[in-house]
Amino acid sequence: MHRVAITGIGIISCLGNDLNSVGLALREGRSGVVVDPERVELGFRSPLTGQIRDFDFSVLSRKQRKSMPDFAVWAYACAAEALAMAGLTAADIQNDQTGLIYGCDSSCIAAVEQVDTLREKKETKAIGSGQIFRSMTSSITMNLNTLFQTRGACWSLSSACSSGGHAIGQAADLIRLGRQERVLCGGAQEINWESMCSFDGLGAFSARVDEPAAASRPFDADRDGLVPGGGAATVVLERYDLAQKRGATILGELLGYGFSSDGGQLSVPSEDGISRAMRMALDQSGLMAAEIDYLCAHATSTPAGDAAEAINICKVFGPKTPPISSLKSMTGHELWMSGASQVVYSTIMAQQGFIAANINYQQPDSALPELNIIRETILHPPTKVVCNSAGFGGTNSALVLAFS
Amino acid sequence: MTEQEVIERIDSSLAEEFELDRADMTPEANIYDDLGLDSLDTVDMVIVLEGAFDFKIREEEAVRNIRTLGDIHRFVLEKVTQNS
Repeated sequence: MHRVAITGIGIISCLGNDLNSVGLALREGRSGVVVDPERVELGFRSPLTGQIRDFDFSVLSRKQRKSMPDFAVWAYACAAEALAMAGLTAADIQNDQTGLIYGCDSSCIAAVEQVDTLREKKETKAIGSGQIFRSMTSSITMNLNTLFQTRGACWSLSSACSSGGHAIGQAADLIRLGRQERVLCGGAQEINWESMCSFDGLGAFSARVDEPAAASRPFDADRDGLVPGGGAATVVLERYDLAQKRGATILGELLGYGFSSDGGQLSVPSEDGISRAMRMALDQSGLMAAEIDYLCAHATSTPAGDAAEAINICKVFGPKTPPISSLKSMTGHELWMSGASQVVYSTIMAQQGFIAANINYQQPDSALPELNIIRETILHPPTKVVCNSAGFGGTNSALVLAFS
Repeated sequence: MTEQEVIERIDSSLAEEFELDRADMTPEANIYDDLGLDSLDTVDMVIVLEGAFDFKIREEEAVRNIRTLGDIHRFVLEKVTQNS
């Protein structure tokens, strides 16, 4: 079995479009949540959302973008950033041993646009050449494959809000087994009202419209729902020995990946599902639970979801948990991207020497077991980290990372 | 619209849609080899020309036979003449 190194990261997030801006926002506990006026007009129960600001789409030509929804362009931009950080050139990745695995579970806007065009124009050729490629959930990996010309694994993985976590875990497994030498992996999530209206209809979003920055408050007693967000996150994973051999800066190591499913309900997570994923990841990592010094929680700020994760965490860690924060308190829930962005955020914190707080955590929820929630930024880096993500239908991912 | 105006409208519409350099857009330029279009782009070329001239292109065989920018000019000029 091979060891798996993290050698590059990149992110386009509501906290910023580069690692430094995102690091600063995390350190300062700044929220990226805003009110979308169009959602107010359209009758959304909650118009709150994360938002990508000042992104320069000219990183690709118009022709290249024709087959890409905005989140695939974001994925390209953060992948290019991650590759540059890893010091990998085009020649290093245009081979059978380099793969692409991204988590993605929708490409709603393209599907809506093509149907609208057909209804208006009454002929399919008026839809244009790009929509078929934009509308598939594999849009990210098929487009990145033509842009970067990698020749190994190339697929997108769909498992609701754990898509990004499983994508990174599966990429690590391929490397561990010797089937790929390096994989660009991550997740991306569209941000548009069309993709969020049915979710809003479930009443699962926070209605704290008067205080957007305080709306997402995982684990807090007054949490009233999640805030949807999105963007794109990329991690470059490499076989550790090869990364060392080429003199790459090793940012961290992916020590373990665990997965599980609930076999339970569609929208209510079980009380043991993600604990089984965490145990599996810890087993693979060779670490004991007590060695974990930061838990990057999935907690989305919904009453039932956070409660279930709290119970799961205590099943693994006992009454004395590691310091915990859910970064969704700042980013909102980045859905398909979230499991991947947590790895990027954790690596940023390790690089920049801090652990971000779970902002808006003011009142412990007496119905939950006691958790060591981080209220203020911790001014030292995490060294042994667990990143949790969980998705509708009860599909869970846990990743164990080590930084030195 | 004069022939020159039609050609100008074709070239400017295609230049915008496909981010082409006008200096490369000679009548002899092969749209695939010289201008870098591919078969998917011809789908969008038809939409662009239909939008620029407000006509419908139903001659799929003729579109498939287009090779050069000059072929596009001739094809559109013929349709514009037919319609006027």
